[in-house]
Amino acid sequence: MLSKGLKRKREEEEEKEEEKEALAVDTWWLDSDHPAVAQAPPAVASSSLFDLSVLKLHHSLRQSEPDLRHLVLVVNTLRRIQASMVPTAALPPVPSLPAAPGMADNLLASSDAALSASMASLLEDLSHIEGLSQAPQPLAEEGPQGRPIGGAPPSLGSLDLLDPATGCLLDDGLEGLFEDIDTSMYDSELWAPASEGLKPGPEDGSGKEDTPELKETELKDTELDYLMDVLVGTQALERPPGPGR
Amino acid sequence: MGEGGGEEKEEGGEEGGLGEKRRKEEEEKLEEEEQQQQKKKEEELLHLQPFQGDLYFEGNPNLVKGAVDDDVAEADIISTVEFNHSGELLATGDKGGRVVIFQQEQENKIQSHSRGEYNVYSTFQSHEPEFDYLKSLEIEEKINKIRWLPQKNAAQFLLSTNDKTIKLWKISERDKRPEGYNLKEEDGRYRDPTTVTTLRVPVFRPMDLMVEASPRRIFANAHTYHINSISINSDYETYLSADDLRINLWHLEITDRSFNIVDIKPANMEELTEVITAAEFHPNSCNTFVYSSSKGTIRLCDMRASALCDRHSKLFEEPEDPSNRSFFSEIISSISDVKFSHSGRYMMTRDYLSVKIWDLNMENRPVETYQVHEYLRSKLCSLYENDCIFDKFECCWNGSDSVVMTGSYNNFFRMFDRNTKRDITLEASRENNKPRTVLKPRKVCASGKRKKDEISVDSLDFNKKILHTAWHPKENIIAVATTNNLYIFQDKVN
Repeated sequence: MLSKGLKRKREEEEEKEEEKEALAVDTWWLDSDHPAVAQAPPAVASSSLFDLSVLKLHHSLRQSEPDLRHLVLVVNTLRRIQASMVPTAALPPVPSLPAAPGMADNLLASSDAALSASMASLLEDLSHIEGLSQAPQPLAEEGPQGRPIGGAPPSLGSLDLLDPATGCLLDDGLEGLFEDIDTSMYDSELWAPASEGLKPGPEDGSGKEDTPELKETELKDTELDYLMDVLVGTQALERPPGPGR
Repeated sequence: MGEGGGEEKEEGGEEGGLGEKRRKEEEEKLEEEEQQQQKKKEEELLHLQPFQGDLYFEGNPNLVKGAVDDDVAEADIISTVEFNHSGELLATGDKGGRVVIFQQEQENKIQSHSRGEYNVYSTFQSHEPEFDYLKSLEIEEKINKIRWLPQKNAAQFLLSTNDKTIKLWKISERDKRPEGYNLKEEDGRYRDPTTVTTLRVPVFRPMDLMVEASPRRIFANAHTYHINSISINSDYETYLSADDLRINLWHLEITDRSFNIVDIKPANMEELTEVITAAEFHPNSCNTFVYSSSKGTIRLCDMRASALCDRHSKLFEEPEDPSNRSFFSEIISSISDVKFSHSGRYMMTRDYLSVKIWDLNMENRPVETYQVHEYLRSKLCSLYENDCIFDKFECCWNGSDSVVMTGSYNNFFRMFDRNTKRDITLEASRENNKPRTVLKPRKVCASGKRKKDEISVDSLDFNKKILHTAWHPKENIIAVATTNNLYIFQDKVN
C-alpha cells in the first residue's frame, strides 16, 4: 500500500479518528502547490494518483476473471489522468511498491502505447475465452511487453486451440494458431451440433450440472463450425512454414 | 416589529415597570423566533427533517444470520433482498449461494399493534460453486439477484441467478402425506407380499408443514460475462438477463436457447469503454426495457423496433455539472441500479452519490435528484483508494411511488419523500433494533462543529455498507440488509 502522506490542517478531531477504520484525510496525493480538493479538482493530477490507478489496473488484471466494470472504470480514469499529465512529459518516478517483482516497474516505466497494448491483450484474452470468433483480428500493436501482465488465465496454456505461450493473438493470423492442432478430433461425432447429448441439463434438473465441457460446446457450436471451415480452408492451401516456430 | 419595540422602548422607559415588562417580552419573542429560524435553517442544510406522522419505523426482533457482527462468515454476506408480489414472502440470497425465504405471519388483523412478523419459511442451496473446465475458472455461487414470479397456483416461483446461470425454483408446501400402503412399511421398507393378509386404501394424513424447493428450470451457457440483472416481463412468460456487455431474452419454459437483444461488445475489445450495469423491463409495456451503463446513461429500448435492440429508442443522460468535475466524475456517475416506479411513468437510478428520478418522457435531465451522502464528495480520492467508490448501491420505491429508499455507509439508509421533499437517515444496528423502539433519525456532520448525537464524516465505518434494501409492495414494511444481517422494520401503527 502506498504510504499515507501529509495531513492537511483541519480544525478538529481528525487525529482521534485516525485510529479507527476511518476515512483518511483526503489530500495525501496532492502536491503542495495544488489547490485544496474541495470543489475544484486540480487540473493536473499528481503522480501518486497515477500510480494508484496503475496499481489498481494491475490488480484488476491479475484477477483470474476480472470485474469488467471495475476494469473499464479504472482504465477510463487512468486515461483522464494521463491526459492531464501529458504536458508535464515527465514519467512518474518509480515509487517504493511492495514486492510486485519486475512487472510493476515495467508497467510504470512503460509508455501509453504499452499500457493500452497490455490492456488490449488482456481484453483480447477475454474475447478469446468467450469464443474463437474474434480470432482473425490481429492486435493493432504489440508493446514492449509481449506478454500480458500476469493477467492471462493460467489455463490457456493447456488448451490446444489457443496460442500456448501467451494467449495473445499472433500477427501471422490463423495459420500459426492452428499449427499444433490434431484435426482428427473434429471428425468425431462429439462435435456434431445436432447431437442430442449436448442439450444442457435436464428439464427438471436435480440441481446438479452436467459436465461443463458438453455444456460449453452447445454455446460454441457456431464458432466451431466457423473454425472448422477455416481449418478445412487452410488445410487445403499450401502453407508456408510458420516464422520461427 | 423591531420598530414597534423601539418606539415602545422610548415611551415605556418613562412609564417604568410596565414598559420594561413589555420590552422584555418583545425581546424574548424575537429571540425565540430567531432561534427557530436558525434551527430550521440548520436542519434544512443538513437535510434532516424527520418524517412526521407517517413513517416512524420501529424495530423488529427478526435478526438472522450471524450472532455477532464481528464474526462475519463470508458465505453469509447477503447479496440480494426481494419481496414477492403480495409482500407475504421475502427472499434473501447470500454469497454462499443460499436462498432464505421469510413468510409474514398471518396474524388476525384485529390486533392493530403491529403487522405480522416475518419468520423463516424455507432455506435452500440455490447455486453451488462451479468450475469452468474450459477456462479453468471458478464460478462464484453468490446469488446476484432474485426475482419473484407472480403467483399462479398454490406454489411460489422465483428466479435466482449467480454470475453465469439462472435457475427457476418452485417453492411448494406439503402438509399431508399418504399413509397406509400395502406393500411398504411406514419407514419405506418393502413388505414381504406373502405377509399381506388384508388390503387397505392409503389415505392422506396431516403432517407438519414442510416447505420444499425444487429447481424447475436451469438457464445456462448464455452469458460470457457476469450477470448483473434479471427482470421478468409483464407478459409473465419471458424474462431478460443482463451481463456486462449483453442482454438476453428468455422464455421461462425454454432453457436451451435465448435471444440476444442487446450487444455492446465492441468488435475490437481495445475500444471497450462502457459496460451494462443494470437492466429492467417496464412494468406494463411488455415490449419496453431499459438498461443503464457505467457512464451514467440509461437507454430505453423497444423490442418491436428490431430483433437486436442496439439502437435505443430513448437515451437518458444528464450533462455533467462543470463545477463538480473531477477525475472521478465518470466513476461516480456509473449507475448501480435502475428501477421503474410501480406506475411505470418514472424510473429511478442510483449512482454513487445520488438518486435520480426520471420521467420517461424527458431524456435530457432527471425530474428529481436526491443527494444520498454529498459529504463524501470531498473524500472521493480516499474512497477510490479503498475501492469504496466502486460499491454498488441499490434503490427501491415504496408501494405508492411516493417515497424512495437507498443505503449508505455506517449501516445508514436514507429515505426521500417525493411529495414533501423531506428526507431521513436511519441506522440499522442491533442497539436500535429492540422491538417497538422507534428508530431515531441520524445526522452526519459534514463540516464545522459537531453537535451532540451527530457523527462526523471521518468516523463513518465504510465497511458497514447497506447495498440492498427492499420495500413491501403494499405496506410500510422495509427490509434492510447490512453485511450479514437482515433487518425488517415496519412503520409505527398508532
